[in-house]
Amino acid sequence: MLEAHDLQFTHAARPPLLSRLSLRIEAGEVVGLYGDSGSGKTTLGRLLAGELRPQAGQVTLDGNDLPKQGLHPVQRLSQAPEHAVNPRWRIGRILHEAWTPPDAMLEAFGIGRDWHSRFPHELSGGELQRVNVVRALAPGIRYLIADEISAMLDTLTQAELWRALLGETERRGLGLLIISHDTDLLARLAQRCYRLEDGSLTRSPVSLSSGTSSPA
Amino acid sequence: MTQRLPRQEHTALLEVSDLSLRFTRRSGWFRQSYINGLCNVSLSVARGEVHAVVGASGAGKSLLAWAVMGLLPANARCTGTLRFDGQPLDASRQARLRGRSLALVPQSVAALDPLARCGDQLRWAAQRAGIPTTSIQQRVARVLGQYGLEPGVTRAYPHTLSGGMARRVLLAMASIGDADLIIADEPTVGLDHANRERVLGYLRDLAAAGKAVLLITHDLRHALKSADHVTVMRSGTTVECAKAHQFSGEGSQLTTAYARALWQALPSNAFLQPRPVNPVNEAIDLA
Repeated sequence: MLEAHDLQFTHAARPPLLSRLSLRIEAGEVVGLYGDSGSGKTTLGRLLAGELRPQAGQVTLDGNDLPKQGLHPVQRLSQAPEHAVNPRWRIGRILHEAWTPPDAMLEAFGIGRDWHSRFPHELSGGELQRVNVVRALAPGIRYLIADEISAMLDTLTQAELWRALLGETERRGLGLLIISHDTDLLARLAQRCYRLEDGSLTRSPVSLSSGTSSPA
Repeated sequence: MTQRLPRQEHTALLEVSDLSLRFTRRSGWFRQSYINGLCNVSLSVARGEVHAVVGASGAGKSLLAWAVMGLLPANARCTGTLRFDGQPLDASRQARLRGRSLALVPQSVAALDPLARCGDQLRWAAQRAGIPTTSIQQRVARVLGQYGLEPGVTRAYPHTLSGGMARRVLLAMASIGDADLIIADEPTVGLDHANRERVLGYLRDLAAAGKAVLLITHDLRHALKSADHVTVMRSGTTVECAKAHQFSGEGSQLTTAYARALWQALPSNAFLQPRPVNPVNEAIDLA
């Protein structure tokens, strides 16, 4: 299980962003996180993925510190996929950066064969996001932090991405933290939800807004 | 916009009919090839309404905005007709009306000049709109108040503003000259809930004041909250135009499978459940 213990994080010369924050995600569990912009959701994601180090507290995986080298078992998917790839690499090289995804998975995520020879800027944001997701699903990955990965997508593309990703995480028992402002999405996907406010988490169940009735 | 037609409720301010657009690309020394951008796009926007254009990225939503504004790159070739306030809207009329009767809220807040204070940028926008010098100060104060911006914002440089404030400065610039048609291209991307509701509320206010608002977005959920009509675009063409309230229940009031599927895929609807109709089968031939 992925655990954050009493995390403390402050950006230089700012008030503390996260204070004594603790969170636990079990294998196979889907946890939702929402909060206002600037509340520290992305920072928490980066701490959990080992991209940042907390000033106090620690992040552990099955009771041990996060590994400092090799394939990182906690992978973060960012809202801006274009910032997570080398712009001078072709898609084929990006896809195979960590592992060789099987054809069935490429198909499930709708990754075209003709994309391999293209550069990142020649794909749309949604297409590039799917490439990033598949790249992050290497064997040995245990947890995924999905930080607003579908905010830029139309509803159909969004549903297709989540259908493919949940199929994979369920099959492999991966833990998933979904960061999103869309509480309807969290209500559909997450087993537990937290709101991040004033540096700490509050467990807060979310429910679907209007359902299938006419939107007001 | 010197002579304005008497206001008629049901005539469109902007009419786009059969607009097609392709980009020429040189291949070799003497040959040209084409990339299709838009294909037979039609829609009409009336005064007093927010008209949303919804679709996936790459569906041609921004191209439509640029075509109406006359901001397409030089290698774009357009066919079809644009009419604004009953008159054909050609390149010279676009140039005359741009910034006056036609205003664009661009997609990226990077459209603000990073080296100029917001106050100057607002004043320039007012000048471009033909506001007399004597009343520019008053106009700036009015739009600042209208969009909930502190007077101190006039002295701020864009990089010191939050995303929500920068977006409101862009809105203020677009509406400072009392444009009749405001095209807002993805105006809520990257904003949190409170700021998003605020921006959508301002667009509704503009419509309530008799302006026509074209809201371009990938986000069907928020489009439905603020729009009267929704035009669905896909692969460069308009698939369906529906009233916002027709997006309800199972989507039975929508005529195309693609619009129904978009509606059904909302997390508050069927979302991940298999769709009854595969929209991919609804082939659109762009050739």
